[in-house]
Amino acid sequence: MSAVNLSHSGADAHAHDEHDHHDLPWIRKYVFSEDHKYIAKQYLVSGIIWAIIGGLLSVLFRIQLGFPDADLSWLKPLLGEWIQNGKLDPEFYLALVTMHGTIMVFFVLTAGLSGTFSNFLIPLQIGARDMASGFLNMISYWLFFLSSVIMMFSLFIKTGPASGGWVVYPPLSALPQAVNGSGFGMSLWLGAMVLFIASTLLGGLNYVTTIINLRTKGMTFTRLPLTIWAFFITAILGILSFPVLVSAVLLLIFDRAFDTSFFLSEIYIGGEALHHEGGSPVLFQHLFWFLGHPEVYIVILPALGITSEIVSTNSRKPIFGYKAMIFSLIAIAFLSFLVWAHHMFVSGMNPFLGSIFMFLTLIIAIPSSVKAFNYIATLWRGNIIFTPAMLFSIGLVSFFLSGGLTGIILGNSASDIQLHDTYFVVAHFHIVMGSASFFGMLAGVYHWFPKMFGRMMDERLGYIHFWLTFIGVYLIFFPMHYIGIAGFPRRYYSWTGFDAFSTFTDLNQFISIAAIITFVAQFIFIFNFFYSMYKGRVATANPWRSNALEWTTPINPGHGNWPGAIPTVYRWPYDYSKPGSKEDFIPQNVPFSETPESNFPNEVDEI
Amino acid sequence: MLTIEEPKPTFTVNPKRFLLWLFIVTIIMMFAALTSAYLVRSSDGDWLKFDLPPMFMASTAIILLSSVTIQFAYWFATNNKMNLLIASMAVTTILGLLFLYLQVKGWGQLVDEKIFLGGRYSNPAGSFVYVISGLHAFHIISGLIYLLIVLYSSIRGRVNSTNLLQIEMCTTYWHFLDLLWIYLFVFLQFNN
Repeated sequence: MSAVNLSHSGADAHAHDEHDHHDLPWIRKYVFSEDHKYIAKQYLVSGIIWAIIGGLLSVLFRIQLGFPDADLSWLKPLLGEWIQNGKLDPEFYLALVTMHGTIMVFFVLTAGLSGTFSNFLIPLQIGARDMASGFLNMISYWLFFLSSVIMMFSLFIKTGPASGGWVVYPPLSALPQAVNGSGFGMSLWLGAMVLFIASTLLGGLNYVTTIINLRTKGMTFTRLPLTIWAFFITAILGILSFPVLVSAVLLLIFDRAFDTSFFLSEIYIGGEALHHEGGSPVLFQHLFWFLGHPEVYIVILPALGITSEIVSTNSRKPIFGYKAMIFSLIAIAFLSFLVWAHHMFVSGMNPFLGSIFMFLTLIIAIPSSVKAFNYIATLWRGNIIFTPAMLFSIGLVSFFLSGGLTGIILGNSASDIQLHDTYFVVAHFHIVMGSASFFGMLAGVYHWFPKMFGRMMDERLGYIHFWLTFIGVYLIFFPMHYIGIAGFPRRYYSWTGFDAFSTFTDLNQFISIAAIITFVAQFIFIFNFFYSMYKGRVATANPWRSNALEWTTPINPGHGNWPGAIPTVYRWPYDYSKPGSKEDFIPQNVPFSETPESNFPNEVDEI
Repeated sequence: MLTIEEPKPTFTVNPKRFLLWLFIVTIIMMFAALTSAYLVRSSDGDWLKFDLPPMFMASTAIILLSSVTIQFAYWFATNNKMNLLIASMAVTTILGLLFLYLQVKGWGQLVDEKIFLGGRYSNPAGSFVYVISGLHAFHIISGLIYLLIVLYSSIRGRVNSTNLLQIEMCTTYWHFLDLLWIYLFVFLQFNN
């Protein structure tokens, strides 16, 4: 796809010919490619495949939740032994929930999102030929691929995949005799996660190094697009938090394989007393959530960065509060390391400690609202162009707001004790983190598709996709708040045994139907994506009239991104609708000396 | 026509060196998690008290010595003293192997004192020592592979005062592994 033959000018050939791609065997061009754009596409397609699988799993358990008494024999061709007498196996239900969470959080919204857009945009937007280490980047993708294969394989084994929830709390996950899914499925889960973390870390090291060291001339930190800032902070979060998960996973592996007692205390199981003593399951929760909470921001920050870029471009206005956006990213990232115990308010922690974590949690509302206000202020009185990418970005802002508000309720330990592990929590994080981040990813695909494949996606299908998904998400998750307040716990196979809950059967059915429609609507996008890749309208060089550097490359950038010298940067990326300027955008590589009509006094001094 | 303004300078360091430092950060975070887990768990009571194996003293001395020899190797490389460079790289590698051997011996001494990794008679206090020192040993193996690569480069004459990056990074990594062990050793010694 990117194998355009380029003739390099002598000036920059020296920086380039050591990793020239033109004569490479096909396996290094199309499989083990070291080109950041190709690796990004590999991540994107893998992410889409995982998203379909993760979404399908959620549809399966939504069918069970909405129609607990229905005969599910018709699912036998898909699920086989997991359907017994027309009923979904309860243990497999737990596995479905677990794998849905794992796949969506890690494989789609971490690898699929950061992997795609950090890889694709960092070199293009900072003006670099490629990542700092193309080789490590390639290894990073293939470790992810290996991890994917193992995780996928675990879906098909006889005892079923891991079923202790995506948080894999011991002792449930540590004892194979506890539940089928804690057997071989859990071992595969742990193995896959170790590879996944190695992949994420290699990727993260590369992103940070590239952003710091390979920026083109003039691309100072305060001229970086906010996408790059977001990827930068995200990568740092990953580097600091994923190793902690390695430690937790390592200790869990020792508990499972070497009979240690890190997380296992005195336990009776099946009438038999285990020899373990002295372990602390809460310790695992601490270690897990020390990763787990930053992970939430690893998922959402890239989406926020993508939104900043798209909202500003399509409002034809500079982003409101560029520096405030950067500082709020940094503040969110910093605070994310200090709030992990708000996931553990009911674990028996000291209430005083709980109130400290509550306080720190609520502080996150400040930088988050700075971001929300800045998006709205950017939109305010802009010449808004409603491209599909713009719609998805605005959708993200909406989710970030409405999901963030319930975060304030959950962050209070007093109300969290009531709402903990109910559908209120499910609704909250699916809106604020799941859907918002997913919308960021979709917005990014719609916006940078022309750069990725040299063609445009179909706009009309994009609009239909947006409205179905946007309304669908609210129809699914808004009623869930009520179900949660009514006390429905998460991860329950069925509530038909509780009379109190039977009044909510309709609502659960409604949610399930909305979920199925929303899932089916995603195939509009998938069709659009693959169809436009080959048959879409051919893109122009700068279809969104954007300022960032990636649009100064050829329509199908080859290896090395720019055929000639790398452009030099003279201004920040948000000079939209600058007073006095003829065009309503001035790309970053235009010097101030060429735009005397629109320079501000301080910019005149720079000439 | 107006002259185009000079672009603002950007800050850069060598990307490879930077990658190594970030990699070191990830290792630090991993051990920070393990040692803080150790602290949290040990304050819970039901904690077995025992002495670290004496062999760990010897291994600590050996790895300290290996840091000295690799620093010499680096100085010899800057002064183009090829034979001395190769010799001190070789000595460092041997000391690294000796360190690993002594660690294994140390685990043997622990077993002799009935401190086990897992099973019916194990206590997290003992398991932590095995896991922490074992994970460090795993990184020592990675360091040894690195040392062997640089040793090979030195024999082929590719390490000299104009080609210092490789040995410089290797020295950084090995010093880090040394310091990491000193930290772990002191930590385990004082918190047992």
